[in-house]
Amino acid sequence: MARVEERIDVELAAATAADDASRPRGDFARLPWGSFVIIAVLILVAVLAPLIAPHSPTEQSLPDKLLPPAWEAGGSTKHLLGTDVLGRDVLSRLVYGARVSLIVAAVALLAGGGIGLAVGIVSGYVGGRTDSFLMRTVDATLTFPTILIALLLAVSLGPGLGTIAIAITVLIWARFARVVRGEVLAVKARDFVALARVHGCSHLRIMAVHIVPNVLNTFMVLLTLHIGFVIIVEASLSFLGAGIPPPTPSWGQMVSDGRSHIASAWWLSVVPGAAIMLVVLAFNLLGDWLRDWLDPRLRQV
Amino acid sequence: MLEDRAIAVEPLIRVENLAKHFPVTRGVLIGRTTGHVKAVDGISFTIGRQETLGLVGESGCGKTTTSRLLLRLEQPTAGRVLLDGQDVHALRGPDLSRYHTRVQAVFQDPWSSLNPRLRVRETIAEALVVNRRVTRSGKLERVEEVLHQVGLPLSAGARYPHEFSGGQRQRIALASALAAKPELIVLDEPVSALDVSIRAQIMNLLKDLQARQPLSFLLVAHNLATVRYIAHRTAVMYLGRIVEHGDTESLYRRPLHPYTKALFAAALPADPDAPRDDMILSGEVPSPIDPPPGCHFHPRCPFAMEQCVRITPELKTVASGHMVSCHLY
Amino acid sequence: MAAGAPVVLEVRDLRAYLYTRWGVVRAVDGVSFALREGETLGLVGESGCGKTMTGLSLVRLLPEPAGRIVDGQILLEGEDLVTKSEPEMRHVRGRRVSMILQDPQTSLNPVFTIGDQILEALRQRRADGERSLVAQAEDALRRVKVAAPEQRMRAYPHQMSGGMKQRVVGAIAVAGEPRVLIADEPTTALDVTIQLQYLALLKEIQARTRLAMLFITHDFGIVARMCDRVAVMYAGRIVETGPTRALFRAPRHPYTEALMASVPRMEGTVTRLPSIEGQPPPLHELPAGCRFADRCAYVDERCRREYPPTMTVGPAHEAACWRIERSPSSR
Repeated sequence: MARVEERIDVELAAATAADDASRPRGDFARLPWGSFVIIAVLILVAVLAPLIAPHSPTEQSLPDKLLPPAWEAGGSTKHLLGTDVLGRDVLSRLVYGARVSLIVAAVALLAGGGIGLAVGIVSGYVGGRTDSFLMRTVDATLTFPTILIALLLAVSLGPGLGTIAIAITVLIWARFARVVRGEVLAVKARDFVALARVHGCSHLRIMAVHIVPNVLNTFMVLLTLHIGFVIIVEASLSFLGAGIPPPTPSWGQMVSDGRSHIASAWWLSVVPGAAIMLVVLAFNLLGDWLRDWLDPRLRQV
Repeated sequence: MLEDRAIAVEPLIRVENLAKHFPVTRGVLIGRTTGHVKAVDGISFTIGRQETLGLVGESGCGKTTTSRLLLRLEQPTAGRVLLDGQDVHALRGPDLSRYHTRVQAVFQDPWSSLNPRLRVRETIAEALVVNRRVTRSGKLERVEEVLHQVGLPLSAGARYPHEFSGGQRQRIALASALAAKPELIVLDEPVSALDVSIRAQIMNLLKDLQARQPLSFLLVAHNLATVRYIAHRTAVMYLGRIVEHGDTESLYRRPLHPYTKALFAAALPADPDAPRDDMILSGEVPSPIDPPPGCHFHPRCPFAMEQCVRITPELKTVASGHMVSCHLY
Repeated sequence: MAAGAPVVLEVRDLRAYLYTRWGVVRAVDGVSFALREGETLGLVGESGCGKTMTGLSLVRLLPEPAGRIVDGQILLEGEDLVTKSEPEMRHVRGRRVSMILQDPQTSLNPVFTIGDQILEALRQRRADGERSLVAQAEDALRRVKVAAPEQRMRAYPHQMSGGMKQRVVGAIAVAGEPRVLIADEPTTALDVTIQLQYLALLKEIQARTRLAMLFITHDFGIVARMCDRVAVMYAGRIVETGPTRALFRAPRHPYTEALMASVPRMEGTVTRLPSIEGQPPPLHELPAGCRFADRCAYVDERCRREYPPTMTVGPAHEAACWRIERSPSSR
């Protein structure tokens, strides 16, 4: 009777062993703990903002303006990260700003990613003139300068959460579409898709049951790797004044506001800047790890 | 093993003057057709019930395209494929659904034939689910039946493809072809990607299945010994045409067409003392876009005559059930 | 080809392991054989038996850092290749030991012309002038029966058929006039009629240059045609070695016997093909005793406990099986 056992592909083993040799031993150490922690903290902070923030992010207190962070001379524990030019608590603004970043990122990614996924699948599967047309649209979108488009949209639609979400969606859907289409072409060439047609499956069923699930891995990695990009775009737009209107705190807005005080009140820009950097780094590392983690499994499969 | 088989009035499959020409286009924005790849160039054959027809030839001969035409994965440029007298490419609606339950396939690469995201039982039951109303329990019952038929444990159904070896995956592919109780299974190089000792297992399985149920096979392969083991009749293809066609035993005992002879000479026997019939062909296989005129084989044929260049030979019956297309006969 | 020809390559108890996350894969686990000048030795086995790893070990091209030669010697005309440094091995590869791989598509660099690739191979061996090298390259192509070599020199790999690419690969491999050629399934990707041409070509080259060839394959037909001697590999070890005729007439290891019986024939009556049940043991979890025990028709208790030593069963014919002890003359 046939035994069901794990197949060892010697080449695969050799290839992954090469990776293993350059990383610390043990499965436990291989997980990107730093990323997990930072992202977990970010989500917690965003969700529990009202409970965590020591002050209201919009409450002004002119006598307390431009206080340095608590560990500096002149700082106080009442405002751990100092205050801005209107006396608003930087820490509280940072905490509430996390919400903005996450919401924008989530909405834009879901919308942009969703559209990109759909376009990529249709383009790759249907092929022919549809594919040509869709890909030329993708090419056109990709050639537009990112920030310029976002600014134009912001200016015409007026600043706000919705506008930013739309702007970012328009920017990223094309990237997803292109990569997903490539994956779809690769999957389409595999025998099980031809066999699905031989079984009598409709095109819709093939796309849903055979193509999409095999493209999801790549899609998820793409999503993760784009989170950083989206956060930076939002921050850039807010920095340029085309993003979330004040007084809602946004990390980009905070960096922008602190520009004129860089020499005297460095914390106004550096603190939110550091937060952006940490979060983007965390998501990028997560995306890298996810790609590596999913990839050898894919090959073994 | 050649058992007597019931000879029905109308064969299960009849292929008439089947042709498939793929256009070759040039140009980036506006495609111009500069020629055609004549992958299949006018072939005819039949497959009876509980019969295996072997289709042999080297790369570019058109055997894979032929199998795809039978499976409706390609549309013919000319000619017809008839299943029980009905034109397969004209089927629609419920007739088409029925067709999918009667004709199935197993392909060469066990590592690419199964959707890695689906459990084995989902893949096996797909033809059933898509073409007929089956209850969940009916589906599971049938999955177990075919798993048993192909020699896999019932627990295999709940597992994923990556847990199985190459030979086991081909069994799963076979099970999924059998689920809807087909009458014809197109086997495109079913064992060439498997280890030598596993091939025998699968070939025996195919023979057993055919003995126990009304099942016909179209076996597309390049390994002559494999085809001899299973096929009742064999057709040899070269550059889109059938050059020789007949009862397997008589064809193997006495190959007539020079290409068939060369093919047989190249099938190295596993016997160091076997007589060496070194018919080494010169040159390469010509391109199917611009095949040689007359008999396609004449540039490489050691027996080529003047008329071979001008006139395309017809398929002629030389002995009972044995046909050749060659001016030597 | 004569039994008295000098031994060019001798492999003694070679062990090459791969260190992976599933454990130590003992791909080559104590392999020994000898190659004489002008002789072709066939290395036969199924996938995962270690034959490709053996070939790669001989030229020290195991996938690094996972793969390592852990023991044994590879004596090329007396010099041990295992102890050589990488710069020294670079002198050996292509010049004294050459290799042909299975896939002609990936053996040639698609962005360079055929001529460039052959010239590169030649340049490494000789200090001749460019014009002389070009002439030598055209000559090399002529010797592998590539028509119109002067034009072909300027062609790119994608403009050639599989068979022709393999011939170019062959030309590059023998350009340095090596003593040993390792051919790893060179014809598996070729059509059978092209395969016949190619095998004849290899034989011709061998006759001319007295090359020693290690022919790695799973096809017994090729073995019967090409090889003077055969070594059968299973689960990392050689289970039987002998002259081709002797091995085909009277295989002494149950695996060899079963494997040959499972191959369908072109002649004779068509009878049911015996197949070998089960699968080989995974190379990272090998049993203590004979590795074929689970699938062997003649297994007994001792087989499972102890790995059988290699025993002589005929002139230059040996096999590792306890059954030989039990019944030395009969099967």
